[in-house]
Amino acid sequence: MLYREAGQFKTSYSADQAMLTIPLDRWFVFGLAAFAIVGVPLLASEYLIASILIPVLILSIAALGLNILTGYCGQLSLGTGAFMAAGAYLAYKIATNITWMPIWLVIPLAGLCAAAIGIAFGLPSLRIKGFYLAVATLAAQFFLLWLFVKVPWFVNYSISGVPTAPPRSVLGFDVTGATATNEAKYLFVLAFVIALAWIARNMARSRIGRSWMAIRDMDIAAELIGIRPLPTKLSAFAISSFYCGVAGALWAMCYINTVEPTAFDINRSFQVLFMVIVGGLGSVLGSFLGAAFIFLLPIFLNSAPGWFGYSVAGDIITHIEFMLFGALIIFFLIVEPHGLARLWQIAKEKLRLWPFPY
Amino acid sequence: MNRPEHILLSVKDISLRFGGVRALTDVSFDIREGEIFAIIGPNGAGKSSMLNCINGFYHPQEGTITFKGEERRQMRPHEAAAQGISRTFQNIALFKGMTTLENVMTGRMLKMQASFVEQALYIGRGKREEIAHREKVEEVIDFLEIQSIRKTPVGRLPYGLQKRVELARALAAEPELLLLDEPMAGMNVEEKEDMCRFVLSTNHELGTTIALIEHDMGVVMDLSDRVVVLDYGRKLAEGTPDEIRGNQDVIDAYLGVSHD
Amino acid sequence: METLYLIFIDPFVQMVVEPAFLVEVLIGGLMSGVMYSLVALGFVLIFKASGIFNFAQGIFVLFAALNFVGLMDLGVHPILAFLITVGIMTVLAFAVDRLVLRPLVNQDPIILFMATIGIAFFLEGFGESIWGGDVRPVRVGIPDAALFWEAGFGEILVQSSDLFAGVIAAFLVTVLALFFHFTPVGRALRAVADDHQAALSVGIPLNNIWVIVWAVAGFVALVAGIMWGAKLGVQFALSTIALKALPVLILGGFTSIPGAIIGGLIVGAGEKLFENYWGVPLLEGATEEWFAYIVAMIFLFFRPQGLFGEKIIERV
Repeated sequence: MLYREAGQFKTSYSADQAMLTIPLDRWFVFGLAAFAIVGVPLLASEYLIASILIPVLILSIAALGLNILTGYCGQLSLGTGAFMAAGAYLAYKIATNITWMPIWLVIPLAGLCAAAIGIAFGLPSLRIKGFYLAVATLAAQFFLLWLFVKVPWFVNYSISGVPTAPPRSVLGFDVTGATATNEAKYLFVLAFVIALAWIARNMARSRIGRSWMAIRDMDIAAELIGIRPLPTKLSAFAISSFYCGVAGALWAMCYINTVEPTAFDINRSFQVLFMVIVGGLGSVLGSFLGAAFIFLLPIFLNSAPGWFGYSVAGDIITHIEFMLFGALIIFFLIVEPHGLARLWQIAKEKLRLWPFPY
Repeated sequence: MNRPEHILLSVKDISLRFGGVRALTDVSFDIREGEIFAIIGPNGAGKSSMLNCINGFYHPQEGTITFKGEERRQMRPHEAAAQGISRTFQNIALFKGMTTLENVMTGRMLKMQASFVEQALYIGRGKREEIAHREKVEEVIDFLEIQSIRKTPVGRLPYGLQKRVELARALAAEPELLLLDEPMAGMNVEEKEDMCRFVLSTNHELGTTIALIEHDMGVVMDLSDRVVVLDYGRKLAEGTPDEIRGNQDVIDAYLGVSHD
Repeated sequence: METLYLIFIDPFVQMVVEPAFLVEVLIGGLMSGVMYSLVALGFVLIFKASGIFNFAQGIFVLFAALNFVGLMDLGVHPILAFLITVGIMTVLAFAVDRLVLRPLVNQDPIILFMATIGIAFFLEGFGESIWGGDVRPVRVGIPDAALFWEAGFGEILVQSSDLFAGVIAAFLVTVLALFFHFTPVGRALRAVADDHQAALSVGIPLNNIWVIVWAVAGFVALVAGIMWGAKLGVQFALSTIALKALPVLILGGFTSIPGAIIGGLIVGAGEKLFENYWGVPLLEGATEEWFAYIVAMIFLFFRPQGLFGEKIIERV
């Protein structure tokens, strides 16, 4: 009964349509954000920031992007990795060729380039749906990666083909490349995460979000009530690719510090898809939960036997990981298609009544 | 409200074929402003095809459709929606993953103009519009008495209520012509009475012109101002309910002709 | 000008000047096309009968081949190993039906598709944790010798294993076609493919039918796996190559068995021709990675139902 909505009357539609209608929720989210900004850089260990928080946050952006396309608009994509790669390679190209441009502008710009590419590969969605579209996105996955590897222009004719991320700074602090401190990188990434998550929520509750969901749930009916299918689907492709592009750019600039194709292969596409399924299709919160879960599970599997004094060969762990991922996907699709986000909601509903059973 | 001289929609010599199958042959009729117009006929008579032609989902090979004095040949469904035609469907076509409120809000899609940036940042028109249209939508929700299921995902609602939400979505668009494809199919008597009440008050209070397909003859005869009868894709008769009741062709089509 | 010449004229000149090389490239392409066809065939079977797009079909190929090779390495006779593997694939079909398909019945196709991605990952991990992830050669006595064929315009090199694979594939397709058209089970399958509920109402047991279809698809996967394994060894890369069956299906249409075969041959021959005449000279090679997908994507604009698929009429 501590956590409740009874007795909190909303007196305007504006209040009812606010993002978080329950005050406790609102304080929780603000508190979490404040802690992430102030508390984490002061308290968390280098390892936690550099090897867990930064990649999880970046992958959350990619998962948000895919969730917009697949969860909200119902168009399946197996090309997430390619759109991330587009963001990474173009961010590198822009950052090294237009040196006066601040890095906080370079990354969204790279996202826009990825969005344009996303639109090109989304065009077939006019004629086809569902898994047919998966083939078009696979085309993006294989073709774009081939293109970035084969055309040396993208990496400024670097001999190794795997250039290192250029150091760039914001407000005098280095935020990209090997010289930047982990805290600075973390805060830089966090700023993108907060902005993009907020925008995603806004889109979900506005006309554009509803038109995506209408296309997802019943495209013919959507067209009959006046939603034009092509612009709607293409907008989902563009925005989704923008998110993925930003994620890819951050991944290269702030996490692995190099621009390399293997970071964005088809396994990355599947990884992000799993995050979306496990986290919850059509949920912003789910994108974060899914990203954390899928990223942390292998780390847990690798270290868990050590805690109990066993040692297990690395390839066995990999196999178990595959099996576990497969089983989890099926489990979530069958038992809770809305994923971890829905489980969280159920927990909150229980909490609302606690300590009474109903 | 009845101004019989004023024709809202005029269908002339419509023929529609799917490959070799003739779904509609030379069908003509007028729908007058402010009336309730019923399309009846046995199964497979081409009633739904007719509605699909009117709102642009099917494109008839021959004939013209004139809406508000404007003749149209080929148009996409969303253009018909923009001109003021909304409809409900024989098999409910709601967006199952969305709440009642969100479903009804989609009905106002065409009236919203906020730019993408305003929506993404929820500022300016983006925010104002959401609230202004929410007020309109709440009026429709009050009108159809579905306040209590506002935030329920429609997939969880019983059939009768889903039908009502679908009507709400169509009404939210403030249409000039409302097409109802079997609004009472599969309902029990009580639900049918409710639905009749809503159809009538839509017509009387909001002044919406309604074209409906219905199998329940009692409902059709009570509700409608005029009726057209289709059989095998052809027009069999047109007139007031009383005229239709007495028409020998119609009786033959429904009951069969004895060939002795 | 130079570029235009290299794109539009030179490749064709090369083809005419050296016809023997052209024929070799074509044969090589058609042979990998046969493999794509065999994988695509499994897709089509399942899609026709249950409307499910089985992303795991590629892994089925790998999994079947792994079991077969694994058993043979344990000293089991090839024929026995073959039969045991058929048994394993049937059990797998049963498990998939009970554990995945039934709980998800009536869900959106996209959900089922994602579930088959789950199956794919599970099987990959499962197969490799039992049999290990090394490349294993398949020795089932498929003759593997280089044959030289003296054509009028030069000598052509053909692998006998390729010819053998072609013959087996043709045989398999014939058997399946006969099975579909002349057995009661085949008729039931076609009925189910047409309309689930109607099939149920005339007394066709849907559940068993699905198990049968998945088992048949497993059998096709085994044959494809052995053929492929004989050529390249059984390895994880098989499942990535098997993804190429997806563009094949776009070309051939999702419901057409002849479409799967012809689509496979077109893709196989097309990508080899493109690689040899355009890819290597102009694009630094490795175009086989994406050629099929890009062709499929372009194809989707013009004929989304595929070469042999039926046009879809939408209703409200």
